Amino acid sequence: MNRYTVSLFTENFIGILNRVTLIFTRRGVNIDALTASESKEDGVHRITIEVTTTEDQVIQIVKQTEKIIDVIKSFYYLDEEVVYQEIALYKIPISSLDPGLEKVIRQYNARIISAEKEFVVIEMTGHKEDTKALLEILQDFNILEFARSGRVAVAKPMGTIAQYLNN
Amino acid sequence: MKDSRIRGAEIVIKSLVAENSEYIFGYPGGAIMPVYDALYDYADQIKHVLTRHEQGAIHAAQGYARVSGRVGVCIATSGPGATNLITGLADALIDSTPLVCITGQVASALLGTDAFQETDVVGFSMPGTKWNIQVRRVEDIAPAIAKGFHIAGTGRPGPVLIDITKDAQNALGEFSYVPCLGIRSYRPYPVVNMSEIERAAEVINKAERPYVVFGQGVVIGTAEAELKAFLDKTGIPAACTLLGSGALSEDHPLYVGKLGMHGNYAPNLLTNKCDVLIAIGMRFDDRVTGDLKRYAKQAKVVHLELDNAEIDKNVRCEVSVLADCKESLPLLTAKVNENNHADWVSKFRELEEDEKSAVVSLDLSPTKIGLTMGEVIRYINEFKNDNAVLVTDVGQHQMIAWRYFKYKQTRTQITSGGLGTMGFSLPAALGAQLADVNRQVVCVVGDGGIQMTIQELGTIMQTKAPVKVVLLNNDFLGMVRQWQQLFFDKRYSFTELDNPDFVKIAEAYNMKATKVSERGNLRDTVAEMMSHQGPYFLEVVVEKEDNVFPMIPTGCSVEEVRLT
Repeated sequence: MNRYTVSLFTENFIGILNRVTLIFTRRGVNIDALTASESKEDGVHRITIEVTTTEDQVIQIVKQTEKIIDVIKSFYYLDEEVVYQEIALYKIPISSLDPGLEKVIRQYNARIISAEKEFVVIEMTGHKEDTKALLEILQDFNILEFARSGRVAVAKPMGTIAQYLNN
Repeated sequence: MKDSRIRGAEIVIKSLVAENSEYIFGYPGGAIMPVYDALYDYADQIKHVLTRHEQGAIHAAQGYARVSGRVGVCIATSGPGATNLITGLADALIDSTPLVCITGQVASALLGTDAFQETDVVGFSMPGTKWNIQVRRVEDIAPAIAKGFHIAGTGRPGPVLIDITKDAQNALGEFSYVPCLGIRSYRPYPVVNMSEIERAAEVINKAERPYVVFGQGVVIGTAEAELKAFLDKTGIPAACTLLGSGALSEDHPLYVGKLGMHGNYAPNLLTNKCDVLIAIGMRFDDRVTGDLKRYAKQAKVVHLELDNAEIDKNVRCEVSVLADCKESLPLLTAKVNENNHADWVSKFRELEEDEKSAVVSLDLSPTKIGLTMGEVIRYINEFKNDNAVLVTDVGQHQMIAWRYFKYKQTRTQITSGGLGTMGFSLPAALGAQLADVNRQVVCVVGDGGIQMTIQELGTIMQTKAPVKVVLLNNDFLGMVRQWQQLFFDKRYSFTELDNPDFVKIAEAYNMKATKVSERGNLRDTVAEMMSHQGPYFLEVVVEKEDNVFPMIPTGCSVEEVRLT
């Protein structure tokens, strides 16, 4: 089992995400995280899915997603073949603010992005291991809420979807 | 000035006419009523067949599509009408059958509100379609239908579902039909990679015991002549899958039989003796391969396949050629050496003799009192034309009919292969017959399967389609009973049937009907049926507990194929 990033370029039509996830579901492969947004190309959507599975499974999944009419192209990568990033938000009560927190924020390269009457929101970007480490520390600061995005990733190999579309 | 706009419902019909659709198989209901109303004025341009159940409609459309090679069209209403299509969609998807299914949907303002006969049909059908869409605006109807026909009929074909809300059917819009010629995200025909052809030729030219296994891809690609040319040049023996039957005439000197769980002895056994296995338009289904860990491990596999997701899915190949075999086969034929593998072919013929004495002769010329399914097929062969179509249901009769029917021409084998849908055959035979009323269409069906869609006798009555229905009745769900006998200690759990008087039922549907229980009458009755002008129902009472052999039990290797 390895951690893979599956990167799909699709048309932006209703139901496409459903069709994509059905292929993972059917093979009993759990989606660890998922993000979707527009890509650099006009009208091309990009779905990034993180899974832990075998190479055989991920190859089959990628090929089967490519069979979906509205999927333009799918790729899969090992962690070392992509540059990826996740974002995490932490909600901390005002009452927990003390010099210790400042130290933690500096140490983790995090930042406060919002200060409300009763709480502040800290933001950190990084890999899951890093945002998780910060989460553990913030437990001591009575953290109220935590949210983490799925990964966004760009591939290290130089081929682009634009080249593919032009062919 | 006269308003040139027409209702969406009429756009649906005009779009189908523009696609040269000959038949619609369908069933009306609330949410599709505007389309049926529009259809009323187009009876001279498109024929509609009213089935007795939506499942019947979609299986009939499948039968039509498989015989004609064209896209089958099916219409149903929302809710239960649409959900009744689901089995047929799944069947058509796994067996690569081109269909455009149009369903009515509640008005768009009611979507998501649990309105009367509202179901999430797009959601329901998503895993069972090649593509589906909901249309809520009149201007989107014609483009959706055009796209649907393009997707259904190109590449690896499959079913498409277009769900149209009632307000879109009722709204007025301009009609102009632009056929869909391409979609950015869909490339149905990969360009042949010549280096793959060269590598494939190299492997094949070095082979001492090469072996071709071909499937429905040859039929879908209309590559029958290309397959024959390849075989004629290379002298390689060839066996077919269930759905590949007919792509190569069984009279061809290099045809060696059928693959799979109840296929022929030699083609299964020798799969593990060849040194190069050339798979053409087939997908290594588990019913073909048996235990994958012991399947053709000694062989280099060359896979000619149009669907990239099938390559290396079940069997790893040495060389894959990703293309329509219609294109790749001639290129490969040009690169391979003329050859002759007479010694290797004779191995198949020797084992064929073993199968003949152990199984075939007992099936076709039985000495026991009870009738066998095999002898019924033997007589059908005697009185059929070369282009006669065999439509079968699922179970023992399906395997026996497949084993013994003499396939001489392409598109003569219509059965539910991948999904194994009981109840498929009767409506599929109707559709097959309407695709060509001049061909003999024989529906061979069991007593279990016929009762799943027996209401379609009504559609046969109404259309007067001259289908020959051959019911092989053993008062058992025979295939399940066979497994219970062999693998479940003869515990016949809920497989025996108390059956009705089928002849009376057929007669009630105004069909000529006969029952045969004794060998003496069988040949003459089959002869009478095959020359009968209209529909005909023949019930043959067969031995209750006969088994189908050869057999590769589940989990066994192809070389463990059993003759008894």
